[in-house]
Parts: sequence; structure tokens; C-alpha cells
Amino acid sequence: MLESKYQVLVGPEGYLPPAAASMGVTLPEKGQALVEGSIVSEEEAIEKIAQKILEAKNPFLFPGPLLLWDWKEGVAEKAKAVKELADLAGTRIIPMPDYRPKYPMINPAVEINPNHPNLTIWHNKIDFCLFIGVHCHYANVALKIIRGGTDCYTIALCGEAGHEDAMISLRDVGLAQLASLTEAVARLKGVAGK
Amino acid sequence: MIEQKVVTPEQLFFEAEREEQFITGSEAIREAIKSANVDMAISYPITPQSESMHLVGDIFAEGYIKEYFRGENEFAVMSSVAGAAMAGVRVFTATGGPGTLRAFEMFPTWSGSRLPIVCAFMTRGINSPLTIQPDTLEMAYMLDTGMLMLHAENGQDLYDMVLKAFVIAEKPDVHVPVGVFADGFFVTHTRDKVNIAPADMKLPSYNPNCAPVPAMDMETVPFRQMRDPFVMKSNFISYAAHASWQQEILAAAERARKYIDSLLGGLIEVENEDADILIIASGTAVSQSREAIQQAKSEGLSVGLVKIKSLRPFPTEQIRRLAAKAKAVIIPEFNRVGWLCREVKTAVDDTTKVVGAPRVFGGMTMPPQLIVDEIRRCANE
Repeated sequence: MLESKYQVLVGPEGYLPPAAASMGVTLPEKGQALVEGSIVSEEEAIEKIAQKILEAKNPFLFPGPLLLWDWKEGVAEKAKAVKELADLAGTRIIPMPDYRPKYPMINPAVEINPNHPNLTIWHNKIDFCLFIGVHCHYANVALKIIRGGTDCYTIALCGEAGHEDAMISLRDVGLAQLASLTEAVARLKGVAGK
Repeated sequence: MIEQKVVTPEQLFFEAEREEQFITGSEAIREAIKSANVDMAISYPITPQSESMHLVGDIFAEGYIKEYFRGENEFAVMSSVAGAAMAGVRVFTATGGPGTLRAFEMFPTWSGSRLPIVCAFMTRGINSPLTIQPDTLEMAYMLDTGMLMLHAENGQDLYDMVLKAFVIAEKPDVHVPVGVFADGFFVTHTRDKVNIAPADMKLPSYNPNCAPVPAMDMETVPFRQMRDPFVMKSNFISYAAHASWQQEILAAAERARKYIDSLLGGLIEVENEDADILIIASGTAVSQSREAIQQAKSEGLSVGLVKIKSLRPFPTEQIRRLAAKAKAVIIPEFNRVGWLCREVKTAVDDTTKVVGAPRVFGGMTMPPQLIVDEIRRCANE
């Protein structure tokens, strides 16, 4: 593997940006997270996500099918926690209930798709997006396209091992991490309000 | 089903007391599959692989596997295996030589669909002219399929690699197929001491709910990329999605490195790395190199050995670092094209020090003397 100093920064990076994993960015171990290609503590990454949400002019959440469908125990509680985060942070939501390319074309005002996420981001002038509940493969496909063609800051909250292609990524995300993020947003909003 | 205790991979691989058995490579496959908690195995015969899937059929009859059948041909087998994996079960098959090429379209399909299939390849010559004898030529074709590729030196490697391949393939951040390659006849039909974990222990079940793509469940639309594939549309957006998809398959292989390190002890094994002359080899060419190194040592020549266990991902940085210190790098291979030599030349800074010899093929053995001759020649230059 390349021992590079590759950074996963806000785009547009170019015509075809590489997969960060192929540039030497490695996934974090348990209790760690990724910020712009570097491994940091989970706490530090949560704080950074909260800052980025509140700095954004037009933040959006993109919840995927793993969160939208009540398919196993604990998902409904997680979805509720994400909704509370969105309400507190003032983000809008475009759900990604499945991964089908929409033909002949999507309605970018209300739809997001991992195969052409840039259309939705361009149309809505989204400068911050947070993926949660999106299957890892599809999230990575979308995150690279977003980094290549848009100036949107990307976050991936992953229930598994995390995502190198997001600017910030947490792994093993459950209710505890979501509560910490919501708490961080509330705290920073309170500071900002004073 | 036969009663077995589910244990963690770490318990099965590193803690369970092993029993030494004197068995062939094909029998090592049987023993590995006994403990792999495989849901389904699909077979089609081809020399020198036939015996391994025959033996897997025997343990199906004994209750170690839930489902087993013979396909119509290799392409049908690899397609059926894909269907089983898409549906979310743990699946195993094996083939070799012309069978590998007959099924070839399915290997990049497995990777592109993120299917954690484990397939053993018992290598042999491929046509023109027809031969059933040992040859690793088919591995050259497999290098860019997106599959992970492990190469066994002997029966012990084959047992361990097959068993551990399931765990590596099914990691959510990896989740691509693993090919475990063994040199036909030299490994498959040769008895060797192999340390085997207790057959009453098995790996935990595969959990498709952690997969990076949804399993083919009609309640979870769509099932993988099979519906509305990118080929249906010709525009930049579709091309970009396809490109990003392909990059993600390569990224998955990169993520496998840490699991190969922890489960197989690394992508390579190195002996005497500071020697002036280094042999880099994989498969049974490693065993022949060990013999040659002993002969060279008796002549006062110091030679190091790099055994490559993982070809995909390839140990690029390790090879570059090791080759930089050596005066010459010798690559012995059991094929005419020298695919390992090409791989090593891609990794090293100075390709002029790489010697692509000796090469034998078409079923020929590799007498260690051939390697010793190359060592002497490099030492005298």
C-alpha cells in the first residue's frame, strides 16, 4: 500500500478522483475515526462533525435503506435519534430508500441516488451532506463522485468499518455515537447563541 | 447436519489443538471445508481438481454442508455460486486450468457484485496444446479480475488459506471473492504433514446483513446491480458511476491487507533478507527455491528467500524495499509468461537486477539445480 499523505478534502477534486484506500488511507480501528484521511479519536471526529454541520449554509442528511426500513431491532430507535439530530441542527433530509438508477432522469429536488449524487447536490446547492444507513459499497461509490465534482463536505456515519472516501467518517455508529453528536451540536449551538 | 461447536475464528485458527495428518492437498481442502461452516458447495470435475470437490461431496453426505450439487459445466457452476452468494449464503467451489478459463466471465462479475465467494484453483496447463500437467499460466489471467489471490506452497498453506479466506472475504470492508491457488499435482496429489483443527469445531455463520451491498432479498430492492445496470444508459453520469464502482473493488482489496497480515502472518514471508541475492517466488516454486538455497549455502553462497503468499493484494512496498538492498533478484516460475516476474518488475525501482528465470512449463518439474545455476551466475557477475 502507498504510504502517501493523501488528504480527503472538499472538492471538486477532478475528473476521476482515486479511491482514498488506494492512496494509502486506512480505515480506523474501533474507537477511532477518520478526518480528511487522518485517523483521530472518535470524540475529536464527533466534535468536528458538529462544527461542520453548524458552519454549513445548506446541510442535508442522506439516510439510506438500512435506516429507513424497520428491518431489525434497534433501527427505529436509531432513525428517531437521527431525526432529532436533523431537527436540532436544522438540516434537511433527502432519503435514499434504494439504489436504483432512476431513468429517464431523477428529480434532483427530492431524490438522491448513489449513482448520480452530484445531480442532487448541484441542484440544491448542498454544501454539507451526511450519509447514514447507506450500504458501504454504495456509499463509497457516491462519496467519490461527490468529491470529484462538487464542493460538498461529506460525512459518513457507518455501522461497520467506516469510509475512507468521506471527509469525516465514524465507524460502528449506534445510539451512543448519535447521542454524542447531538449533544455536541447542542453544546456548540448554545455557545454560538451566546 | 453433523453436530459441531461454533467457535471464533481466532479460537479455530490459533488456539485449538491441532492434529497432524499425512494427507494430500485435495484432502486438506476437505478438512478445511469441514470446519468452514459452508452452506453450499457446487462442483464440476476437471483434473487435477476433481478429487477435492469429490471429497467435499463426501462430507456433504456426512452432514458438514447444507447443500451440494454438480453443475452443467464450469461457467454454470460459477454462475450458480454467484447466485448462492447473492442470496446471502457461504459458498465454496473449486476448478483449475481450462475450467478456470471456461468460467472466466464470472470472476470479475463476482468481484463487481461484492460476493465473498471462496474458490480453490488447482492450477494446470491450459490448451494449445492440451495438457493436464502442472502449470500456473491461468494465474496470469486472474490477476486483474478484482479477486483476492492467495498462493499455497504446500498442503498446510492450502488448508489454512482456504479456511481463513472465508473470514477475509466476508469482512464488510473487504467483501470480495478470494481465490486460493495451489499448483496441481505438486500440492493436490502429494501427501504432506498438515496440522488440522478439530473437525467438531466450525466458524460462525456468514452474516449477509453486514455486507456492503444488500443481499438478494425481494423485500430489499433492488438486488445488487443486476437491475438497471449502467450498461443500460450511455452518458457521463453512468460512466462516472461505473468508474467509481470499479475503484471501490480495488479499494476493497487494499483493505484486505490488514486481515491477511493478522490471519496469515503477512503477504510475504522472508528469510535472510540482507543477502546479496534474493529469490522471490510463490507456490511450489518456493519449495524448489528452499532446496536450491541449501545447495547454494554448501557452496558458500548466501541467498535470501521471499515467499509471496498474497498476489492480490500484491506486496508492492515490501518487494520494493527488499529488492532495493539486493544485488540480484531471481524469479523462478512454473509458467512460460513469467507473470510473477512482471509483477515484481512493476514494484521495484531497478528492473535490470530482476532475473526472470528459471521458467518451466507444460508439466515439467523444476530441478533445484536450475535455480542454483542462476544463483551462481548472479554471484559471478
